Amino acid sequence: MSTPKSTPGINDFVIKLANVNGTGSASANGLLMKSIFRMGVPVVGKNVFPSNIQGLPTWYEIRVTGAGYGARSGNVDMMVAMNANTYARDIAELRPGGVLIYDSTWPRQHVLSRTDVTVLGVPLAQMCNAAFKVARSRVLMKNMAYVGAVAALLSIDVEVIRTLVREMFAKKPKLVDLNMQALALGYDYAMEHFECPLPFKVERLNETKNKIMIDGNTAAGLGCVYAGATVGAWYPITPSTSLMDAFKKWCEKFRIDPKTGEHNYCIIQAEDELAAVGMVVGASWNGARAFTPTSGPGISLMSEFIGFAYYAEIPLVLFDVQRVGPSTGMPTRTQQADVQMCAYASHGDTRHILLFPAHPGECFTMAADAFDLAERYQTPVFVLSDIDIGMNDWMVDELEWDDARQPDRGKVLNAEQIESLEQFHRYKDVDGDGIAYRTLPGTHPKGAYFTRGSGHNADGNYTENEAEYQEVLDRLVRKWRGAADHVPAPIVKKAKGGKARWGILAYGSSDCAVLEACDTLAAEGLHMDYMRIRGFPFSDEVSDFVMAHDHVFVVEQNRDAQLRGLLLLETQIPRAKLLPLLHYSGEPLTSHFVHEHIKDAARQEKSA
Amino acid sequence: MTSFAKPHINLKHAKRNALGLTRHDYEGAMSTLCAGCGHDSVTACMAKAFFELSIEPHRAVKISGIGCSSKTTAYFLSESHGNNTVHGRMPSVATGAAAANAGLTYIGVSGDGDSLSIGLGQFAHAIRRNVNMLYMLENNGVYGLTKGQFSASADIGSKSKKGEVNLSPPIDPVTLALSLGATFVARAFSGDREQLVPLIKAGLKHNGFGLIDVISPCVSFNDHVGSTKSYAHTYKYYHPAVHADYVPMSEEIKTSYAAGEAVPVELHDGGSIVLRKLDEDYDPRDRGAAYAQIAERDAKGEIVTGLLYIDESREDMAAMNKLTSRPLNTFPYDELCPGSDALTALQKGFR
Repeated sequence: MSTPKSTPGINDFVIKLANVNGTGSASANGLLMKSIFRMGVPVVGKNVFPSNIQGLPTWYEIRVTGAGYGARSGNVDMMVAMNANTYARDIAELRPGGVLIYDSTWPRQHVLSRTDVTVLGVPLAQMCNAAFKVARSRVLMKNMAYVGAVAALLSIDVEVIRTLVREMFAKKPKLVDLNMQALALGYDYAMEHFECPLPFKVERLNETKNKIMIDGNTAAGLGCVYAGATVGAWYPITPSTSLMDAFKKWCEKFRIDPKTGEHNYCIIQAEDELAAVGMVVGASWNGARAFTPTSGPGISLMSEFIGFAYYAEIPLVLFDVQRVGPSTGMPTRTQQADVQMCAYASHGDTRHILLFPAHPGECFTMAADAFDLAERYQTPVFVLSDIDIGMNDWMVDELEWDDARQPDRGKVLNAEQIESLEQFHRYKDVDGDGIAYRTLPGTHPKGAYFTRGSGHNADGNYTENEAEYQEVLDRLVRKWRGAADHVPAPIVKKAKGGKARWGILAYGSSDCAVLEACDTLAAEGLHMDYMRIRGFPFSDEVSDFVMAHDHVFVVEQNRDAQLRGLLLLETQIPRAKLLPLLHYSGEPLTSHFVHEHIKDAARQEKSA
Repeated sequence: MTSFAKPHINLKHAKRNALGLTRHDYEGAMSTLCAGCGHDSVTACMAKAFFELSIEPHRAVKISGIGCSSKTTAYFLSESHGNNTVHGRMPSVATGAAAANAGLTYIGVSGDGDSLSIGLGQFAHAIRRNVNMLYMLENNGVYGLTKGQFSASADIGSKSKKGEVNLSPPIDPVTLALSLGATFVARAFSGDREQLVPLIKAGLKHNGFGLIDVISPCVSFNDHVGSTKSYAHTYKYYHPAVHADYVPMSEEIKTSYAAGEAVPVELHDGGSIVLRKLDEDYDPRDRGAAYAQIAERDAKGEIVTGLLYIDESREDMAAMNKLTSRPLNTFPYDELCPGSDALTALQKGFR
């Protein structure tokens, strides 16, 4: 596959920063990105980091995109090479004509061998060693120094950066001065030694109004607070840990009685994922909105309880912030490879509800939706995010909340309703929608029932009777099918001008890359319809979309075309209609990758 | 086979508790365990304890794992919610349930396989969290439902029904719980109701995690000569060291105990547990000494029983988490959702 060829321009380029993990680069890089955002210019940030605390290579990619695209483009126009161990690959990645910035304290002529890029050396270590006394400061301040140099080269408003520094260190005023000094070192050096700005640079726009920069885990944690969740149980696992950190942070802000100091939430760090999900089962069964955030390995461990919750009909909200598998895999890299596991998690005939947020904004809304669906259908609901959405700061529309929104707590009988019943039947389909009524412990003696994962009849009593067993099992699948029209509906973007022969299906974090690829393909004359799936079970709309096209590319970030597999299992769509388009390297999908694959397919069709 | 409801007959002159309920109101479905099973005696003791404490059945919650003992939650308190969870995972479900509503009375029923093998982790961590619940560990040293394999509580040298000798050292839930910081640790024998019923009452009233390790022989797979968990063996070697009685707040502590013999322990609800030492040199308030004595006497083959350790001073899970006294599952939504204005305000930090 070729590398992208588009040339960088004003507000249209990519900076990549190659750093050493644990040297404080992440906050400097985040600050650099936010300064561009505050200049009104849309940005995309991707942190590609190792499963390590200190020492391994880490990269941060900032795409400046005046057009407002949300994915990686696949280009690298400026490389800030701060890690000697990765110089060779970092330099190789740079587009011809690109700019390389490196720490020229130590000359690296032998590795800086490319003649088709501009190499700019800044003696960062030398300057910082001269300016700062403390060893740790000398390391940390190199980051702010290169931010200064980059700002000069890209015409980033230094006042904006200064404001961000003051905000970031509001509680540590001593650090403000140090950082300002480092910023000036790099800025002044660049202004003095290089021709600033470069031909590609930042120019103020007004495209970030009503936008925020937020990561999906923070947004999901906030969504849980807004949904009224009171119990969160979890076991630490990358990359979902920050979701519970966020929930805790928002609960400390909103859920502590200022007078008594009492909490109206309970966060339990469990001994493992088996216990974490068990706690959620217990709390949900007892009528609290409860959830657990985890990643693929956690879902593997939770599967037994997921089957129990499915069969005993207990609401369960799980966030799977997907990472690269199988097994431990690459814990800090991204993939969408838990789709089939979550769809059918646990032994026996089980089917679950899945939600696919595509960005942090949807992590917020779908968190709230997940609790409504779990309680309405009394069943496990998975929010399938991934590390790209969960841990990267995305530019999204400001989050909104409708104060008129009331939670759907499902069919829960109160004491008066139970009192008026002749007899309570826990698993009886009273309303014909497959959803039975439930009662909560402590409500009323007549509402008591025995919750079990063993074979049970409509009253919840133990049974090995064929008809009684099947009655419950058949109702469960009817209930699940009923959710197809209540999960978030697919979003369709029709090709401009007439009927497209080809379509694209995608979900989750692939969305932005596909949207951009559609634009690029359309500009080349290849028009595609695009449907983004947001929930499982699939509504009929999904089949209708596929059937209306000759071929549909199913874009996924896994090896085995997992969503395509689900479509073949759960719908009547003929196999040949669905063409897998798969990316599973662990790095976030680029628009270039999608574009090239579809262009190649079009070329092949023509020549055939 | 389906479950059998037990006929509900309330005798006219049956004894009634403070709620006006009789013992029958605390019964459940018919047991499907083997005739003579120790667990059925324990079930009867649990029902009696709830009855005597006048706990409204629907305000109690029964949670269990998998195994013969775990089935028994269906055989008492039919007006309570029961949750027969998955193998070895009862403690986590109880923990979550207690977090959602700390206002109910939680009893967990488990066995030695459920608690000491597959569920050892959850058992240990529920103790560490001091979840406010009573944990009944019906201990028979054997896997009954799978027909006679040794469990982790089988003693070295104990023989299986097929004649196999166990060579691995046992996990003793009592000393394990003591080492994990448990706040209420008891051991009992299903054959001694006089001891067990008061222990259950005390455990239900204890604020925090209460463990009762009940030796409860399996008549089908572990009641033969050579087994150290048989009725005969247990009758021979069990030794009550400390008797415990729960005394509600309303009742004066009887003065019939000889001075120096009875030690009242005050509970959070205003009642007390009165300890009567049967062994003079045993101190159920000293964790280290209790541990040393039990370990030493266990090693000699003696089965020390009674309320072996109690500590009412430690905070339970709800207190450690600063939970409000109102159950979390009763908060109206508008008290939980911060609303759109707060959302707008907090997003200033994301610009």
